[in-house]
Amino acid sequence: MSKVDLNRRNFLAKTSVALGGLVIAPGLMLFDFAHAKQPGEAASSSVRWGMLIDTNQCHDGCNECVSACSKENGWPEAKSPTDVQWIRKVELRQISTGRQTSLPMMCQHCAQPPCVDVCPTAASFKRADGIVLVDKHRCIGCRYCMMACPYKARSFVHEPVLDHDSDMPRGQGTVESCTMCVHRVDRGQQPACVEACAKAGHRVILFGDLNDPNSDISTRIRSVASTQLRADLGLDPGISFVGL
Amino acid sequence: MAQNKTFAQIESRYFYALVTIGGLVSAMGLAAAYYIEEHGHVVTGMNNQIVWGMPHVFAIFMIVAASGVLNVASVGSVFSKDVYKARAPLAGLLSIALLAGGLTVLMLDLGRPDRIIVAATNYNPTSVFAWNVLLYNGLLALVALYLWTLMEKRMNPWSKPVGLMVFAWRIILTTGTGLIFAFLVARQAYASAVLPPMFIVMSFAWGLAAFLIVQSVMFTWNDLALNPAIQQRMKNLLGLFIISTLYFVAAYHLTNLYFARQTEFEHFILLHGGIYPWLFWGGYVLLGSALPLLLIFHPALGKTRSVLVASVLTIAGAFALLYVLIIGGQAFPLSIFPGYAVTSSFGDGQIANYLPSAPEILLGCGGLAIAFLITTIGVRVLNFLPHDDSKVPQHD
Repeated sequence: MSKVDLNRRNFLAKTSVALGGLVIAPGLMLFDFAHAKQPGEAASSSVRWGMLIDTNQCHDGCNECVSACSKENGWPEAKSPTDVQWIRKVELRQISTGRQTSLPMMCQHCAQPPCVDVCPTAASFKRADGIVLVDKHRCIGCRYCMMACPYKARSFVHEPVLDHDSDMPRGQGTVESCTMCVHRVDRGQQPACVEACAKAGHRVILFGDLNDPNSDISTRIRSVASTQLRADLGLDPGISFVGL
Repeated sequence: MAQNKTFAQIESRYFYALVTIGGLVSAMGLAAAYYIEEHGHVVTGMNNQIVWGMPHVFAIFMIVAASGVLNVASVGSVFSKDVYKARAPLAGLLSIALLAGGLTVLMLDLGRPDRIIVAATNYNPTSVFAWNVLLYNGLLALVALYLWTLMEKRMNPWSKPVGLMVFAWRIILTTGTGLIFAFLVARQAYASAVLPPMFIVMSFAWGLAAFLIVQSVMFTWNDLALNPAIQQRMKNLLGLFIISTLYFVAAYHLTNLYFARQTEFEHFILLHGGIYPWLFWGGYVLLGSALPLLLIFHPALGKTRSVLVASVLTIAGAFALLYVLIIGGQAFPLSIFPGYAVTSSFGDGQIANYLPSAPEILLGCGGLAIAFLITTIGVRVLNFLPHDDSKVPQHD
């Protein structure tokens, strides 16, 4: 009797684990499939990566997002107007009311990016998932994209680059800007600024798929009033702001 | 005979002296470009706010003037005016020279000039820069063809149709140059449909001024006097072009002043923007337009020297106007957050500083020197001197 019970127990335990695994594994795998790309896999237009920045939560003087971006992508701390800045903190004071706000500012990853339109060599390009990038091997350094960007999002590398990260090639005489940490996003991670902001306990930046109606970012955008910068230009940026 | 030989010797000596000077300045320009590429653009006055600086002022002047100088040829070939037809070859040579100088500066200012071939292998059809690569190279080829039809007797019958093509091409080309700025929705100084026609009219004035200077030097060089009737006609045309340019510049600023969102920018450029209002009013309006008009149209003036000075002043005014448009236009901060006062570590909300550095200016001068060299050698080697008939009608 006891032998039979033992067998039954073993059977039930093993079956439960197996069933549990069967139930959970696809979920885990699906999560991975949804958020990470296989090496060599092309970006999909079914996804549009974007951010929602809640300026009400952004702390004046906090620079965590900027430091994280600098560290992640290997650009040095900016000291002069010739230094690159992929992301910067902007302090705002509403002229009519005096209300003060602070926010992180970077490439807005427009759906209709003027930088891509004007680039003579097609070095500036938009991925199918909405991330706007510069092909460092094609950029001839004409800076027309910098003239065309309404957000001052791009920087020109004015000096020789002595050291750079393998994930993020950089070079003197080319233009660069926020890549939305494309290398991390492709691995299923969040951009460095988003992670750093959350780690600092502020949760200013919400990152996600704007095309997925059930994503956190889409749900939030539906429930709070948000604005795109210079929406009048019709560029449809992938980044929206709350509290402006 | 002996006297002639002496003249030839002196002339030859002057020629080599001029070529040496032109060669030296060109070499300094190339050395400056090498220095910039070696150390990065940090050695220029440009930064992440003012991304186009002095080299672009020089380059755009030369490219615009290269198109405008062809006006002289067009009046001859397209509109069959003999006085201008005699000047078409010199206009063609000057166009090639200026375009070569301008493109050299533009190319050498790139962050990666070594990758210029990428502009041909990866072509973005939506980029006006990419269109201009075709337009500029096309103009060089067309003008070379045009010169052939003008200077080779058997080809003469083709000069009119080819001249017509050159005429159409250069109008499109200068439209393309104006569109570089007109397409820029980001900055308040640009994004105006008036810019392409304004550039066309500017090209007429600046090109003719460049032509008159070269013509004047060539006539003096060859101990010839320009027929007063031709002088009269060409200086009047320059006056007309200067007035037309003033009209377009006024229309551009007046429309901007009328838009509330643009008034702050206009106040900056025209009133309290430091060097920019000074250059606009003092450099472009007064020295570059009003004074040349006085020299051209005052009954007691308008002779050879006055026209030469008027032409030089017109070009000085062109540099002032381009400096205000290109650099002043970038110095004014982008309007990213209308209704907010903005500060950041990246110069948001601030007027950007720009001080041109020596390498930039040398690079620009190098481009001018290349144009000078091509012209000097061209007029020496081939017959570009305008030959006028003894009888020239007083009026067309």
